Amino acid sequence: MIYLAMMLLIIGTGFLLIAAIGLVRLPDPLQRMHSATKAGTLGATLMLVGVMLPPDIDELGLTSGLTILFLLLTLPIGAQLLGRASYVSGTKLKGLEHDPLASELDREPEKPEELAQKP
Amino acid sequence: MIDLPTLANILAVPLAMALLLAGWRMVSGPSFADRFIALDMLTAIAVGFAALATVATGRGAFLDIALGISLINFVATAAFAVFLERKRRQK
Repeated sequence: MIYLAMMLLIIGTGFLLIAAIGLVRLPDPLQRMHSATKAGTLGATLMLVGVMLPPDIDELGLTSGLTILFLLLTLPIGAQLLGRASYVSGTKLKGLEHDPLASELDREPEKPEELAQKP
Repeated sequence: MIDLPTLANILAVPLAMALLLAGWRMVSGPSFADRFIALDMLTAIAVGFAALATVATGRGAFLDIALGISLINFVATAAFAVFLERKRRQK
């Protein structure tokens, strides 16, 4: 049981690290969201499952079970809202020749990357 | 074989590297959407840190922190998405 918990913790940390690397390396916001949402959710969920297993923690697994349920319920909704908002606000879309949403939603013209945000 | 608290202390190092990478994207992200995605990722990493703290100390109270962080994350993401859409409409 302890070894299963250790393996889950290690795999979850690996998924979070991979998600963070993808967040840095991928070229446009929608691809970054693909990395952060899916791999990040899986990593956090695996780590919470790994916390539930060992017997010497003074919790019955109720709180971590609730947290997992809540993460799985709300993160897709949040990602959908954020993806729609970032598409509408005219972010850069890289590697996409044909945009199937172009007739459905109107969006801002794309800005050059350097001019978009200067603090 | 190492025991569970030692493993949790070791695993804090790669998780801190993930925190550093996501923080870099948050500071230098070229658009607002990048920053909000990085915030999403930072809360997932914070949930991971809460799990590691639970394992390292054996106290279940840290899991309440994870629940609170994930609750706040959803509201913050929805609010930021609405903000991003409304910002376009005002121009």
